[in-house]
Amino acid sequence: MTYTRSALLATLVLAAASPLAAQDSTKTIDQGVRVGITYTPGVRPGLVVIPGPGLDSLRAIVQRDLDFSDRFEMLVLPPTAGLPSDAFRPGLAPPPLNYQLYRTLGASYAVELAAGMGGTLIRLHDVGAGKVLHEATRPFPDQADPGFRLGAHRLSDEIVRWITGTPGIASSRLALVIDRRVWRIDSDGGDITPLTGAGEEALSPAWSPDGRKLAFTLFAGGRGSIVLLDLSGGPRATVPSTNSYLNLTPMFSPDGHTLAFARSSEEGTDIYTADVVQMCCVQRLTVGRYADNLNPTYAPDGRRLAFVSTRAGLPQIYAMASDGTDQELLAPFDYGVTGSSNAPEWSPDGARVVFHREVDRSPQLFLLDVAGGRVRQLTSAGRNEDPTWAPDGRHLAFVSDRSGRRQLWVIDVESGRIRQLNTSGNARLPAWSRRLAGASLTTNP
Amino acid sequence: MRNTPATLVGLSALLLVAACGGKTAPEQPTPQSTPTTSDDAAMRRARQDSIDAAARARADAEARAKADAEARARSDASGMRTSLMDAITSKVHFDYDKADIRSDDEAALDRKAAILAANSGLRLKIAGNADERGSDEYNLALGNRRGAAAKRYLTSKGVDAGRLEVVSYGEEKPANPGHDEAAYADNRRDDFEITAGGDGLVQP
Repeated sequence: MTYTRSALLATLVLAAASPLAAQDSTKTIDQGVRVGITYTPGVRPGLVVIPGPGLDSLRAIVQRDLDFSDRFEMLVLPPTAGLPSDAFRPGLAPPPLNYQLYRTLGASYAVELAAGMGGTLIRLHDVGAGKVLHEATRPFPDQADPGFRLGAHRLSDEIVRWITGTPGIASSRLALVIDRRVWRIDSDGGDITPLTGAGEEALSPAWSPDGRKLAFTLFAGGRGSIVLLDLSGGPRATVPSTNSYLNLTPMFSPDGHTLAFARSSEEGTDIYTADVVQMCCVQRLTVGRYADNLNPTYAPDGRRLAFVSTRAGLPQIYAMASDGTDQELLAPFDYGVTGSSNAPEWSPDGARVVFHREVDRSPQLFLLDVAGGRVRQLTSAGRNEDPTWAPDGRHLAFVSDRSGRRQLWVIDVESGRIRQLNTSGNARLPAWSRRLAGASLTTNP
Repeated sequence: MRNTPATLVGLSALLLVAACGGKTAPEQPTPQSTPTTSDDAAMRRARQDSIDAAARARADAEARAKADAEARARSDASGMRTSLMDAITSKVHFDYDKADIRSDDEAALDRKAAILAANSGLRLKIAGNADERGSDEYNLALGNRRGAAAKRYLTSKGVDAGRLEVVSYGEEKPANPGHDEAAYADNRRDDFEITAGGDGLVQP
């Protein structure tokens, strides 16, 4: 993200009114800042990443991640502001931070990053209380290392956890389809990497819960098999029984043992499950009799599945037990009035199911409150479809043509804030991973 | 296509005209060989020459007519084949988000069923397609339902199910690259592809 200097200058006048030049022991803030609101109930706390020498890439990634968490009012300081290079001296007490200044700017928290002896030193200041809240040293891979960005994202998530008690979502990735290839990107849109071949036609990627595998539809000649990709570079595997007919919309169970998917045959489309640990034991869950049943998505306890069915005419959202019993309508609709509803995904906390529903023949995102059985429309501009939950259960990635072509967008369901993730080509069918841990992070298939 | 018998009648008439022309044309030169001298030998020779010339002309004309007729027959066979191929591969179309065979497509499907009945070696792949609206994944299922609907219609007319294969391309293979209602209408379709037995098709 780039920050407009002129905008900063415009707000400088405001900031300059206070005696900025007088305070910081280190440097004068020579340009203005956006004046945020200090920690008042209902308002997001102000957060500033203090500029400093070196670590530009790390600081930029962390700054953006914290912004994308949508939990803070980010205060942007010009790079010349901040602390001197000797701010961190191992073994010495932290130099005093001018808390009064940052309080004036509207910051509740301030993040310092500096290169230290044993790695990168991270210090979180509680500006309101005027003290260091957290301090840690993390060994950090070189910027050229494939693990660098994910390491930075993981650091961002930790800072979010220090402040809010729950980690951020920066260390997750998205899989998506561009030009019939599956690609993965970091949660901030960076580091785009192809996962399937250029000559293949791939659709419907789905992450395993541990982030180590990806299932997708390998489409060819009007038929499709479900392929499991080992993201650490192991061999591909085809899910049993999916070598004939058109198999689509794979989705892992929360424990990663079972893959649910849909199969189209001349009798319609029905949902099946297969054991993807033993690679066996295919079971049929629906008997559509010329209707379509597809897009299975597990509740986080693994005991129920939401799915799409055309049993009443247009596709709508239903649910069933994970063995196929107890099938019922899940998202209410008005017969003959409500448009087609598709692409459900159960939220990580189990409370909601997101899906898209056609309004005037344009798909829009809807949220179903599972306990209350109420639906709420989330979007209205352009076509908005194929939503997928971030691991925090409050962000959704989806495809929208609001900018002219089909691009990936992210919405914070709680604030309504929306942003675009730039990808070349027309983006389709995104799938958001859980937070990625450990070894799977640096592997590059 | 449906008026093929009429075409055949018209063609026969053409052939008949060509045959008559072959007979009449050589008779025209004969009146020119009226004798004008007393030289019998010369007269006889002249008459014989003209008779010969007339015979040659008649033979030429007959050969020409025969060749023309053969050419017409050949082009008729290929025309018949083209019309059979057109009938068997003609698309059927669907309403938005629907997979029901429309009444205006029933005649085309009946014709396919008749051709399939007359050509027992003929096998078809039916590919269902959707317009680009609607969910990408749902469109695959919808395309499948459209292909299956045409197959069910044909089997209900007596075609053996084993001769018809159903696949779906969803919205992945639009016939019309446009993004308007006309393009969408073109793209909500079943394609019919001959996978075996397409040579030597005979009329039902």
